[in-house]
Formats: sequence, structure tokens, C-alpha cells
Amino acid sequence: MTAIRPLEPSAGDAPGSLAAPAVSDGAWRRHHLLDLDSFSADELELVMATTDAMNEILRREVPRVPALRGTTIVTLFYENSTRTRASFELAAKVLGADVINVASASSSVTKGESLVDTVKTLQAVGADVLVMRHGRSGAPYLAARHAECSVVNAGDGLHAHPTQALLDLFTMRAAFGDVRGRRVVIVGDVLHSRVARSNIWSLTTLGADVTVCAPTTLLPAGLSRHLEGQLPNVRVETDLDRAIVDADVVMALRMQNERMHGGFVPGAREYSRLYQVNATRLARAKPGALVMHPGPMNEGVEISHEVAHGLQSHVEEQVQNGVAVRMAVLWLITRGNTRQARAAAKGAL
Amino acid sequence: MSDRIIIRGGRIIDPAPGADAVGDVAIEDGRIVSTAGAATGPAREIDASGLVVAPGFVDLHAHLRDPGLEYKEDIESGTRAAARGGFTTLCAMPNTVPPMDSRSIVEHVLREGAARGVVRVLPIGAVSKGRRGEELAELGDLAAVGCVAFSDDGSPIADSTLLRRALEYANDFGLPVIDHCEDPSLSRDTVMNEGWVATLLGLRGAPAAAEAAAVARDIAVAEATGAHLHIAHVSTRGAIEELRRAKERGVRVTAEVTPHHLTLSEETVAFGCLQSAELLYETAAKVNPPLRSRDDIAACIEALADGTIDCIATDHAPHAVTDKLCEFDEADFGISGLETAFGLCMRLVLDGTITLPALIHRLTAGSVRALGLDRHVRGLGTLATGAPADVVLLDPESSWIVDPARFVSKGKNTPLAGVRLTGRVVATIAAGRIVHEETGVRS
Repeated sequence: MTAIRPLEPSAGDAPGSLAAPAVSDGAWRRHHLLDLDSFSADELELVMATTDAMNEILRREVPRVPALRGTTIVTLFYENSTRTRASFELAAKVLGADVINVASASSSVTKGESLVDTVKTLQAVGADVLVMRHGRSGAPYLAARHAECSVVNAGDGLHAHPTQALLDLFTMRAAFGDVRGRRVVIVGDVLHSRVARSNIWSLTTLGADVTVCAPTTLLPAGLSRHLEGQLPNVRVETDLDRAIVDADVVMALRMQNERMHGGFVPGAREYSRLYQVNATRLARAKPGALVMHPGPMNEGVEISHEVAHGLQSHVEEQVQNGVAVRMAVLWLITRGNTRQARAAAKGAL
Repeated sequence: MSDRIIIRGGRIIDPAPGADAVGDVAIEDGRIVSTAGAATGPAREIDASGLVVAPGFVDLHAHLRDPGLEYKEDIESGTRAAARGGFTTLCAMPNTVPPMDSRSIVEHVLREGAARGVVRVLPIGAVSKGRRGEELAELGDLAAVGCVAFSDDGSPIADSTLLRRALEYANDFGLPVIDHCEDPSLSRDTVMNEGWVATLLGLRGAPAAAEAAAVARDIAVAEATGAHLHIAHVSTRGAIEELRRAKERGVRVTAEVTPHHLTLSEETVAFGCLQSAELLYETAAKVNPPLRSRDDIAACIEALADGTIDCIATDHAPHAVTDKLCEFDEADFGISGLETAFGLCMRLVLDGTITLPALIHRLTAGSVRALGLDRHVRGLGTLATGAPADVVLLDPESSWIVDPARFVSKGKNTPLAGVRLTGRVVATIAAGRIVHEETGVRS
């Protein structure tokens, strides 16, 4: 499965010669990356192996390859984001793609024809890949149904954030290898977390033992009471002191201010008392357990300052790995799917 | 236009008197006449052998969007859709723009219905001025002009005192109040049913308890007033249990259920009706109340069979393409239901849950009795001699594939596109006029 060679180093190589040898099998059939719910273990392994190759590129003196030269990548962000957008943009540039950032920061989304129209317009302008963030769950699915270009979900509403989950997975594997049987505790506002949703899929697919921990008011319905197979099997726990025992990974989720005053919990003081990942609690996890956070962190609320910046914190690694993972995703998704390839395929018909 | 028509050799199912036998139905001057009587003059004869002949269906819950939202539907297109679905009477919901909260707007609906409608339109007046849930509309005036019930449908009556006064005041005119039962404080900003599918999709779910809580309150208020409460589109087991207990102790409460709440689950939002492997975020399945769990469906079917739920109503809610071609959260609520109602409900007959006569009862006499519509139109929902000549010819065994492009409703919004349904409406006669006829009707 992981018979993968690093991408050829020479920046003078033609894209075609890079594409052919890098990944040995044809496990990748995806035109879009919308979520990880339908990913097989093999596909996740392929992304991880490809990310390894991309990391090798990033370690070079001049981290640039022309693998995606001639490919146009448009980032369309209906929600503000610093790290995800920068991470995608850098990933695209390392691979030699042209990047257009569409600042559609206005989340004043009215009726959706505008979304479909926007997608069609960007495609007509020449987009090969649309990297999209949207405040409404499912919006990238709507875009994908009306687009010929690839759609990569950079976060949709409460639903999914697949590249975050992939970089989280990569970070865990870099620390301790296989995640099978590892105890991962995801603590915080699971109800509103697309990061948690995507992580639950990828981690359970690879055999990790996942616990989500939150007050019941911040847990999505049906997570602990669904029929077999409808949702991934996770343990649900409302007591962090109990949940964290023997954890290999403790992933804290951002607690947004408006949620603390919106009746979900009584307030920041009690929330941090009961659910903050701090040194005392972390001591109950396995020695050297990874501390992760998708960012941006609310230090002093869901995570203490000392833990956020302590020896066990992998928050910076997460950000660093984000670039390589997104390079891998962009590269896999565009393989054989550039405009030229589509035009050639059309011509052949 | 009110020709003489004789429908020969069909299986006549007339649930009010409990009739189910092969025979003829004769129509003259817009009324059912005795076949024994020597009807004279030229008549159109329709060969109904192999078909079911039944009273035209009566829909207590249709959104005709006229006036104000004619881009979604108007009275002509809505009543034509009704005819294609076998409905000959529609109760028009008042959430128009402006709402049907005053005599002049209701008169517009009646005038349009008479001029352009092909089936009977009975108006439902708004409970409150502007449907704002604050002050009573002029219910006396609305009753005088012909409203058959009052409702703020689409919006629940949140204020319990307003509900109480509406029930009491409407009862003085002998009319029921229809409530959309939903506790808005439990369901604010939600777009589908709460449960594993909402979790899978990351959509905000409304708990079933939002309906049960509102039904329980409504029943308590109705019981205290002694007035008639009709509960619109019941969809949850909890609400049905409240309803069953209330009926057992004699509360004047009736209820309807929609074809989609009897047959389609919340899973339709994720996977559609054709079991897509990819998540669909199917906006055509976004409806309020939302499609519920399989257990809720079972409860609805059981309650329809045992009479706890009196009748089937479509909640026909037509929308334009652009109202649904958008992010799920932004899409309008509603399903265009008139043209698929019979075929969808036939699933219950095909799987043996209820009999065909029982289904027809819930679409005709059951509806009429629930709201007492025969006080307004004598003989409605029956094939009795002298009743309005509202007749439907059904082929319960013939199957067809739903193609929204062929809908005559302006609203093509159905999650059933491409689905095979068994049971078709072959012809519809309203007030003695053939208003829908499939090609190939033998005559």
C-alpha cells in the first residue's frame, strides 16, 4: 500500500513525469474531497504516504516543485480563516499551481443560486480546484453537484473539516505510528464542531478508540444512541477526569464565546473548571500523551496556557503538517483531472 | 359544461356509508343522481371496469400561495395540481401575502377560486392579525365570508392565551382552530429532525418533543374551553400518544397526517428516496414538521389505521426552483404534494397496513368529518344521491415514475423524483366536470 517514492526533486521536471511514479496504485478515485465519512483505511493510508512525500519536498532548500504547474486553484472562503486559507495557499504554491483567493468574506449568504452561480463563474474563469469554506453544512456538496472542477471542503458549517482531520491523523502517526487501539479523547463543544465530526470518521476507520467528552448540552443527538453502523462507534463521556484516564491523545476543541453565553453551559468559569485540559488532568493521561487543538485556542478556557505551550503540546506540529497534508490532497485530487486532461478526455469521446 | 356522465362498471368505494361494490355512478347538473332513475339525454359514458370509483379527495391543508407568492403557485395551477392528484376540494391555508386575515383577502381567494380554480377551494382564515400571534383577526367576519376554519399555519400559536381566546371565539361561530403544533423555543433555527441523521449531516435538529409539548398544551387548553381543536400534520409518536389519550377522554380534538410523514424518514434528507451513496442534503425533503424517525412513521401509520388520526392532508407547499436550489439551511420548507399523495399513500395499502377503503376514507369522509365540512357543503366526501359530483377514478395497481417536470403544480419540489409509485389517478370529476383525465380513459 505504501509503496510510494518521494516526488522527483528536480524543479525542471514536467508535471507528467512527477505524477506517474509517485504513487504506485490506483486507490484514489475521488474528484472531490468533501468529508472522510466514506474513506477506506487504504485511502487514508494513501493520503498519509503522499503527505510523507510532500514533507520531504518541504524540507528542501527551495521547497518548490512544478507538479501542479498549469493548475488553477481558487480559494473561496465564506467564513474568515487565517491558518486554513494560508495553509492551502502555501500548499498550492509549493506545487506550482496558480492561486486565486476570492474574498467572499461576507457570510451574508442569501438564496443559494448565488452559490451555484459563483461556483459556475469561477469554473468558467478557469478554476481546476475550488477550495471552499462555508458557514452552512453541506454547501460544498451543493457546489460539487454543480461543478465540473474539483471541490475541496475547507470546512462546512458544523459538518466536516476533512483536511484538519487528515493533518490531525498525520500528527498522531508522526508521534506514535499506527493509531489502531490508541485512546483518543476529543473534549469540548462537539455539537458545533466540524473538526470533531471529521476526526471521528477517520480515527474510527483506522481502529482508534475514540471518546468524545462534553456536557450533554454540547453533544450531538444520536451519538450514543444510534443503531449499529449509522454513525461511527465512539464512547461518550461527560466527566473529563474519567475520560482522560490513559489517553494517548487529548484533543481540545475551541469553545466559542457566544456558546458560553447562549445557554449551552452556565459560563466560562464553570466550563473551564469542568472541561479545561490542564496539567492536573493531563497527568491522568498516559505519560507523554499528545495534546492537540485545531486552533485558534481560547487559552484559559478549554486549555490552560501551560498545557497549550507545554512539552506535550503538538499544536504547532498540527499547523506545520497542515501544509503537507493539503499538498497531498491537492495533488491527489488533481491527478488526471486538470482542465487539459478533461479536455483531452472530452476530445476522445 | 356540467354534462351528464355515467361511469360504468367500476368498483365503487364510498366510505361514508361503507359501500364497496361494483356498479355505476351517474352525474347530472353537477350532482350525483340515482342510476336507477331514467336519466335522459346524451351522456358521456366512462368505462370504469377494473378501476376504483370513489368520492373526490378532500385536502384540509394546501398552500396555494395566492395572493402574493404566485411565482410559487396560484389558484389555477394549484387546483389543477389537485385535480391531477384526485383532490376535488382544497382547504387553502392563509399564509399568503398579505395573509388571509381579512374579508377582502378571503374574497379574493374565493373569487379566483370560482373564476380560475378547477376544484373547490374552501378558505381557512388566519387566527391572528397578520399571522403575528398577537391579536385575534376578525374571525366573525372571516366566518361570514366563508372560512371553514382558522389557522396561523406555518407559525405555531405560541401565546397560550391567544390560543384559548381563538378556540373560544371561533367556537361561537361553530368553527375549529387548526394549530401547527411546535414549541418554538425548542425548535428555533432547526432545519430537520434531531437524531443521528442530523448529526451525520451537521444540521441543526428539532427534537420530537417540540411537537409533543405543543400538542399537550393545545389539548389542555382545548379541553378547558370545550372548543374544537384540529392538529395539523402530526408527525411524532409523542404527539400521537397525547392525542390518543385526549380522544379517549372525549376532548374535541381531531388531527391529520401528511403522506410524507407516513412514508418518508429523516434519512431522506441525507440519502434521498433512491438511497444515494453520497450525502445529498436533499432540500426537496426539507419540510416542517421535519421528516422524522422510522419509529415516528410507525406510530403515524398505526394512529391512522386505528382512527387516532382522522385523515390525510397533503400540506402541499409548492416552491420555485430557486427557493430550494441553495444551501440546506437557506432552503424554504415544504413539499409539493398534491400530485403524489395517492401513489405515496398506496404504499400503506400495498404493504397491508391499511385497506384501500380505509385509505380512501382518510382522504374523503375522514377529512370532511374532521373539520365538519359537510355543514358548508352538503354531501361532501360521499357519492350519495344529491352530493356534489366530485368523483375520482383510480387504478390502484398501475405504477408510474414520478417526474416533477410533468407536475402541473408550479412547485416541482418533491423528494420523490424518479421514484416508482403504484396507484394512479386516472380521472377526476369536480362538480360534474372532468378536470383531469389521463390519456387512454376508455369511454
